[in-house]
Amino acid sequence: MIGREPGLILEAAPFLRRELTTSKLMRDVLLGLAPVVLAAVWYFGVSAILVIAAATAGAMGTEWLFPPYGKRGHSLKDGSAALTGVLLGLTLPPGLPLWMAVVGGLVGMGLGKLVWGGLGHNLFNPALVGRAFLQAAFPTALTTWAPYGGIGQFFQVRGATLAAPFMHMDVDAVSSATPLALMKFSGESTPFQNLLFGSTGGSLGETSALILIFAGLWLGLRRTYDWRIPVAILASTAAFAGILYLVSPSAYPPPHFMILSGGLLLGAVFMATDPVTSPLSPRGAWIFGAGIGFLVVLIRVFGGFPEGVMYSILLMNAATPLIDKAVQPRVFGRPRREKS
Amino acid sequence: MSLTIRSNSFRHGIHPDDHKEQTAELRIERVPFVATYVLPLSQNLGAPSQSIVRKGEAVRRGQKIARPGGYVSTALHSPVTGTVRAIEPRRHPDGRMLESIVIDADPYDPQLLPDQPPIDWESLTIDEFVTHVQEAGLVGMGGAAFPSHVKYKLPDGKKIETLVVNGCECEPFLTADHRLMVEEAARVVRGSEILAAKIGATKTVIGVEKNKPDGVKALQKVIGDRTDIEVAPLRVKYPQGAEKMLIKALFDLEVPSGKLPLDVGVIVNNVATMAAIADYFDHGIPLIERIVTVSGPGTGQPANLLVPIGTPIRALLSHCEAITEHMREVIAGGPMMGLPLMSIDVPVLKGTSGLLVFTKAEQSRLPEFTCVKCSRCLEACPAFLNPSRFGRLAHAERWDEIEEYFVMDCIECGSCTYTCPSNIPIVQLIRVAKSAIRKKNRKK
Repeated sequence: MIGREPGLILEAAPFLRRELTTSKLMRDVLLGLAPVVLAAVWYFGVSAILVIAAATAGAMGTEWLFPPYGKRGHSLKDGSAALTGVLLGLTLPPGLPLWMAVVGGLVGMGLGKLVWGGLGHNLFNPALVGRAFLQAAFPTALTTWAPYGGIGQFFQVRGATLAAPFMHMDVDAVSSATPLALMKFSGESTPFQNLLFGSTGGSLGETSALILIFAGLWLGLRRTYDWRIPVAILASTAAFAGILYLVSPSAYPPPHFMILSGGLLLGAVFMATDPVTSPLSPRGAWIFGAGIGFLVVLIRVFGGFPEGVMYSILLMNAATPLIDKAVQPRVFGRPRREKS
Repeated sequence: MSLTIRSNSFRHGIHPDDHKEQTAELRIERVPFVATYVLPLSQNLGAPSQSIVRKGEAVRRGQKIARPGGYVSTALHSPVTGTVRAIEPRRHPDGRMLESIVIDADPYDPQLLPDQPPIDWESLTIDEFVTHVQEAGLVGMGGAAFPSHVKYKLPDGKKIETLVVNGCECEPFLTADHRLMVEEAARVVRGSEILAAKIGATKTVIGVEKNKPDGVKALQKVIGDRTDIEVAPLRVKYPQGAEKMLIKALFDLEVPSGKLPLDVGVIVNNVATMAAIADYFDHGIPLIERIVTVSGPGTGQPANLLVPIGTPIRALLSHCEAITEHMREVIAGGPMMGLPLMSIDVPVLKGTSGLLVFTKAEQSRLPEFTCVKCSRCLEACPAFLNPSRFGRLAHAERWDEIEEYFVMDCIECGSCTYTCPSNIPIVQLIRVAKSAIRKKNRKK
């Protein structure tokens, strides 16, 4: 009787794999984020580096301490914890005390991802969960915007970056306002080119629209994420803002301002496109993006906050399982909406 | 009414590197005869054949040595002139030990095929034609080895208008059908013409992917300005050679779930099966040899070989300089749906379209990560299923739920596993799920 040929491996078909891995995808997104980070450093100097590093350390440290699967440290290799940390950092104000950034990373990773079972199981975008926690816990710090400066002020630590944990924030810091706050509270608009290039107040990663647009195009063309989501968000925001603007150009901001200001581009390109927390099917992606755009306009124009991107994305995250259930693709050779 | 061509591909699917350049230009080469041939009685889907020879009996090349073991079964013929050495269990490519006829070739025999008068197929009734096809041992030669005659025997009330000849060969590496179309286009067309006439198809469409332009040209040259038979160049995409995908690709028509192509008036057959029909009805030669592509990164001398059925795979691999210390994985068939071999001391079967040798370097075993719902598998799935959900539910063994999401419609093409960035063996999990569901439903 002839037995097994020595050295032969038995695996089940298929034997070919596409050369694309989750960690490569994460790396692509991190690469797309690089210019955004550089812009943040340009405008906010060493504080930007410190805040982003602190948020990332908080996120990665938490996942290292509480590994969701496998050996300690294995799950860090997929790159998702680092990505969450950097994304969180980019949503924070430049002068935020570092310890708060660490706490944001910890909560975002812990409550946003690990308690759900780790990567792939969470309902909400972990970076935004961290951001939402900080917003609720430290409302003042999260709305104190250190002013932007050029690369010349690189070494100037902004705001309360180095404040000690739980100490009263005694900052003489000059503060600036974001374009959205200026618009909402004083009806003042920000010049178009400042929005494009990023010389405005705001969160670390949201100021330069141009860079975000290019990063978004690059990632979309590489098919790293589903391009339909950012396209749907921008189109829907423009549409709803446009309707209001047509109703009364003096009472409502113009659509291009809605798109270029605040965290909309950062959120559309890097937050809403998180595959775990967005719908699976193309039709689902359109609905998801349209919903975000609608909510953003609603919150910004009629809500109490000047900004609404974070809550819009989190709300649509919550709706994602429902969307997935509602828009299942028609199976080949079966009529639509058949139930076995 | 026969169907008209209105499309050139199906939706979804994947674009793997086709890796065909190693053998696409190589002429079909007849391999030298070897000393011993092993013919498992299980060569086709369905029932095994039943041996009609005894140990020690002398057999001629092309002589029938086993009869069909049922309706879904075919006859088996000796690939060489020689002596039956044994009828005993031998290792089958699927890994099991299965009853096989072992034949020692006569080293002094010239191994010529006696000239047979052509069969007057035009005067055969359809039932007689079907019996002839079964007696010729014909099976679908694309890999599945489904007995061909079963397809040709139509249930009452069914009518076939269109014969589709499958020259897609969408599996990477394989070029056996490609070379057949280039070198033997006349036989392919001849077989198609016989079959179309017998099953009453008014139109024949040969679907060929565009990466075989010489195949398209060769067929068109034979066809000339005939209108009853047409070559349709298709966009290169996997799994276009799957019956239902090919019908969708050509006619933009979906075969309903649970139905067969004949329910939409179509029969799909592989090009090599067409050539075998021509051989049998024109020259009386049953299915005793086939073309096998030997390729893959571990093969020193890749080739397209004309091989007697029953030839030990070891002999072919050694002929192609594939047996080295780097040989780590040997696949019978294509890399997407082929069968891994545990032993190379198994024979070529009627359905063996290729032999691929991989070395360790190519077979990187990446770690599995959790599903990030990137939806790449959804966009790859030609059946428009949700493989990502199947993967998650199968891990949890939630078979009832998986069944509700139509897992049984999966054609197991493997596109989901191929495309998964988290390296999740999705189609493998689906196979487990399907067999669990079948088991569960049998119990009911």
